[in-house]
Amino acid sequence: MERIGIKKRMSVFLSGTGKDLQANYQLYLLAMPFMILFFLFVVIPVFMAIVLSFTYFNMLEMPQWRGIDNYLRMFLDDDIFIKALVNTLKFAVITGPLGYMLCFVLAWFINELSPKLRSFVTLIFYAPALTGNVYFIWQYIFSGDQYGFINNFLIQNGFILEPIQWLTNEKYMLTVIMIVQLWLSLGVSFLAFIAGFQSVDQSLYEAAAIDGVQNRWQELWYVTLPTMKPQLLFGAVMQISSSFSVAAISQTLVGFPSKDYAAHTIVLHIMDYGTIRYEMGYACALTVVLFLMMLIFKSIVSRILAKVGE
Amino acid sequence: MVVKVATKHHRKKLFSHAGRRRQTRSLFGNIIIFTVLAACGVFMALPLVYAIMNSFKPIEELFLYPPRFYVMRPVTSNYTTLFRLINNLWVPFSRYTFNSIFVCTVTTIGQILIASAAAYSLSKFKTRISWFFPLVVISLLFNGTVLGIPQYIVLNTLGIVNTYWVYILPSLASSLGLFLMKQFMEQVPMALIEAAKIDGANHFTIFLRIVMPSVKPAWLTLLLYAFQAIWAMTSGSTIYNEELKLLPNAISQVLSGTIERTGASAAGSVLLMIPPILVFILTQSSVIQTMTSSGIKE
Repeated sequence: MERIGIKKRMSVFLSGTGKDLQANYQLYLLAMPFMILFFLFVVIPVFMAIVLSFTYFNMLEMPQWRGIDNYLRMFLDDDIFIKALVNTLKFAVITGPLGYMLCFVLAWFINELSPKLRSFVTLIFYAPALTGNVYFIWQYIFSGDQYGFINNFLIQNGFILEPIQWLTNEKYMLTVIMIVQLWLSLGVSFLAFIAGFQSVDQSLYEAAAIDGVQNRWQELWYVTLPTMKPQLLFGAVMQISSSFSVAAISQTLVGFPSKDYAAHTIVLHIMDYGTIRYEMGYACALTVVLFLMMLIFKSIVSRILAKVGE
Repeated sequence: MVVKVATKHHRKKLFSHAGRRRQTRSLFGNIIIFTVLAACGVFMALPLVYAIMNSFKPIEELFLYPPRFYVMRPVTSNYTTLFRLINNLWVPFSRYTFNSIFVCTVTTIGQILIASAAAYSLSKFKTRISWFFPLVVISLLFNGTVLGIPQYIVLNTLGIVNTYWVYILPSLASSLGLFLMKQFMEQVPMALIEAAKIDGANHFTIFLRIVMPSVKPAWLTLLLYAFQAIWAMTSGSTIYNEELKLLPNAISQVLSGTIERTGASAAGSVLLMIPPILVFILTQSSVIQTMTSSGIKE
């Protein structure tokens, strides 16, 4: 009896598919190139990382099943991973939110300017993120000798006597990288926020004024933020994405590996095991942990954002 | 003709921000806004200005003590040194330039076409692939850096490591591109598409002739993001043939020399800064227009 049911359902499904294909094949053809590439370079890599994370794999021999060994090794046997984890979390809870707020506050303030001035100021603020590789200039600013800009300033004004080794002293390295990361953080989310502010329906403000909203703060909380919620979530996703993937800045400014791994991040650790030691299984396990952390952060942030404007 | 008028009207309604709101602005608030903007502006701009200054400093000023921010006697010798060094590279500099321009062009155009075709099908119609978009939204979290190793394994399996495809293919599958395009296309009135359908147009025609022209701001935005990302791209472990490397690699080769090259290195990075800034100046208003619809609705 059940079998017939399934058969019937199958045939209904199949004939439905036939009709659907006939009606929509052009739409499927249009979506096909992107979908294929997306599966090839996003979906498959994610699943492959999950599967390979349970193996030993060196790209030459077939992967060997190792169960959860890689994960145990990470948390029990790899002190450098713990350092990288702590540093990555620091970026996530310090530069992530700070950069996010910077994007938001500056977009809010820029919105008060006249349109011409607004586009000029936007260009200035967006320029660091726009220009890609120029952050190496911070090397000269934080240079460890007395020629360094910061050192010279501090010595001339009597704050310090000896130059500080900003880029080689493990006490300061991470802070320097965080400053540079903040400098680079006015990116896509910043532009999204500027657009968000501009698109709030002006009549809402007028209505709110009649309802008793008195100042900019109330206007922001009761009118602007709730209408901008979708942009806020988009900005958060972009910010999480960039603060969990800090690597190149650290590599350029303090070298790889940094002294005592003081500025090591998970992505750098992944690069170390993936591209230098060819331990792909372990590198994939690290990648999976990174994925999970990002997903957890994203769900926390969307829960917080749901409360905005209430 | 009719079609054009309808889109224009539609756009105007969506994007006009005419008229200031009526909230009274306190002087105190204005002072705070000005101070914060000025302070952050200095923080953002100084390093870039410093790079420009350095690129015009003669060698004795670069190593002057105490260091000075401003250039006293600007010279162009750093730029001439840069070009001399560039000409002495093992691989001719024109090859790097060609690589960068070729990869940028192919990827940018490809990304815009592929992403908008998929966006058209996902934004305007309910089909059996509607489950696909939420997947793209989740993947916005995972950028190329994070996906690096598994992507490398895929590239290796496909046997295209050390070819131009390494730059092009993964960038074509840009979640951000599809996301922005799809969100923006949502605003194209369905009536336009229906009208074209009644006139007998198929989906390919509607996509190319009607939808694409009316989402110009969105593809300019994709152009900016794609260009910017690819322009700054350096070839990691996936390219070991020097002849296939890109401009930033060539410049960093010049920089990795001795200390006398400090000025030339600044000159090189100033030159690399110019194209993305130009592209942004040209596309800024379209980008802001597009980002208006960039929100994630949950």
